[in-house]
Amino acid sequence: MTFFEFLERRYDDLITVALEHIVLVGISLVLSTVIGVLLGIATYRTDRPREIVLAVTGSFLTIPSFALFILMIPIFGIGAPPVVVALTMYGLLPIVRNTITGLREVDVAIVESAQGMGMSRGQRLRAIELPMAWPVIITGVRVTTLILVGIATIGSLIDGPGLGEFIFDGLARVGSPVAINLVVAGMIGVIVVAILFDALLTVLGKLTTSRGIR
Amino acid sequence: MTNATGTAQNASGRTMIKLEGLGKQYPKEPKPAVDNLTLEIPEGEIVILVGPSGCGKTTTMKMINRIIEPTSGRIILDGEDVTKADPDQLRRKIGYVIQQIGLFPHMTIAENIATVPKLLGWDGKRIDARIDELLQTVSMAPETYRNRYPKQLSGGQRQRVGVARALSGDPAVMLMDEPFGAIDPITRDRLQNEFLRLQAQVRKTIVFVTHDIDEAIKMGDRIAILQEGSRIAQYDTPEQILTAPADDFVADFIGRGASLKRLNLSRVRDTQLSQWPTVQLGDDHSTVLEALRSSDKGFALVLDEQRRPRRWVSAPDLQRGEGRALDQIGLPPEAIVEPQATLNDALNELITANYSVAIVVNAEGAYQGIVDIDSINEAIRTMRTDARARARVGLDVDEPEQVGR
Repeated sequence: MTFFEFLERRYDDLITVALEHIVLVGISLVLSTVIGVLLGIATYRTDRPREIVLAVTGSFLTIPSFALFILMIPIFGIGAPPVVVALTMYGLLPIVRNTITGLREVDVAIVESAQGMGMSRGQRLRAIELPMAWPVIITGVRVTTLILVGIATIGSLIDGPGLGEFIFDGLARVGSPVAINLVVAGMIGVIVVAILFDALLTVLGKLTTSRGIR
Repeated sequence: MTNATGTAQNASGRTMIKLEGLGKQYPKEPKPAVDNLTLEIPEGEIVILVGPSGCGKTTTMKMINRIIEPTSGRIILDGEDVTKADPDQLRRKIGYVIQQIGLFPHMTIAENIATVPKLLGWDGKRIDARIDELLQTVSMAPETYRNRYPKQLSGGQRQRVGVARALSGDPAVMLMDEPFGAIDPITRDRLQNEFLRLQAQVRKTIVFVTHDIDEAIKMGDRIAILQEGSRIAQYDTPEQILTAPADDFVADFIGRGASLKRLNLSRVRDTQLSQWPTVQLGDDHSTVLEALRSSDKGFALVLDEQRRPRRWVSAPDLQRGEGRALDQIGLPPEAIVEPQATLNDALNELITANYSVAIVVNAEGAYQGIVDIDSINEAIRTMRTDARARARVGLDVDEPEQVGR
């Protein structure tokens, strides 16, 4: 059976797991972004807390994904929930780091001028600092997306949804001719999903960034 | 008059900003950045805080809108103690321009200007009208610039927008921290003149920080020369400071060439103009010779029907140009200035001109008189005598307060 015959036969399955993959990564990405940006906002003007947050979110990324997924089981069981939690943890670092960098790069003269015009702390953050840091933040979100699309496949190990099903299926059948087809189909699926996410975020970034700082 | 503790009266006599024993002590610093400063800023005037770097002038200014919180003393704004008032509410009533201008790059020019009106809760219509009005005030066509972004403007245009933005909420008070500092000298001069013209209309009370004494003299109705810790070395009009510096520190700070700087303060229209012989374009040579003979000047100015200067002619020119029309001989007139030019402008012009004189014409170009070296000398002498007389009066009045100097 050629790869294309295989594709034809398993097309519906592939689309289903790809959509699962997209939803899984999408949910984790939203969570990572919300938590990451909030952590960045909370710590960018401090020294110690900022270092601690960066060190902790950085250390998440160094945990082997296999290990982390397995560690999730006692707390969240198996299936989608533990995978979402693990992915959210993996996705934090690029977003937190870029939020902090972006906010700290805003010219102090601009912030002072906003302060001098009578903008409160919250107004300055919302109307001046976040919009100016946004291109840097969205770049962090794109990096996170690429990491998550890849790691999400490992989630199948603990019965998570997504394209990992194909790959682990292939792994279980090493030696049989269908194994390679399964793995290649899963891999191509992952690449396509990654490209789709990146294109979407690029467009979103363009639309949400002021022309004045593009 | 004025004295070392910084009190002042202007025509209206109303004080807009009063700093009372204001101080800023940073933790772990041996000396306060601002040490017990008392200063009264009259309504509608430009008061310049000038001094060497590190003297505390910027800190002083930033305490007025409490970007920096004072550690002692009081700030009275328009009769109200604002030392403990809500800082955001306070700042919306005070225009603020800094050296880097600090326009918001992600907002259009219109959005930048609308910032304070929005904070003040104006309705959209009123804000739109205000944006157009302000852009016109700073000579920028609203339809062209409203929707541009700061990066699309030149440095001078950004500075103008910065001023427009600071004026947007129609504040009575403006704080300006080296607002022309980052602009090339030629544009700076133009913007300074524009700003003075604007101020003549809007009559804001302005606190202006600079380290440049020339800018201080040009822009200030009153200048506070500050020493370390924001101690006032002299608080006075530019004329008084130039002609009667309070002490060696002030004299040093003004530097050499105080007389030349003083020329920036006088206008041609306030000077006694010299009269040189003039003749009409159609006059014959004998009339010109007669005019030359009856004056002690070597040249006569030929005027056309509208009394516009056309030519300088001397007796030798007449001889050489026997029989030719008056606009065919002699030299073309140079160094033409208008009455609102400063004596410094006139001096610059006349130094480079052929006969070392500047011709004064009115707006229509008609001849008014001549500024020569003698008129400039005379102007300097008068300023000096006046200032000495004023300084003497001032000293008598302020005797008890000399201790603080």
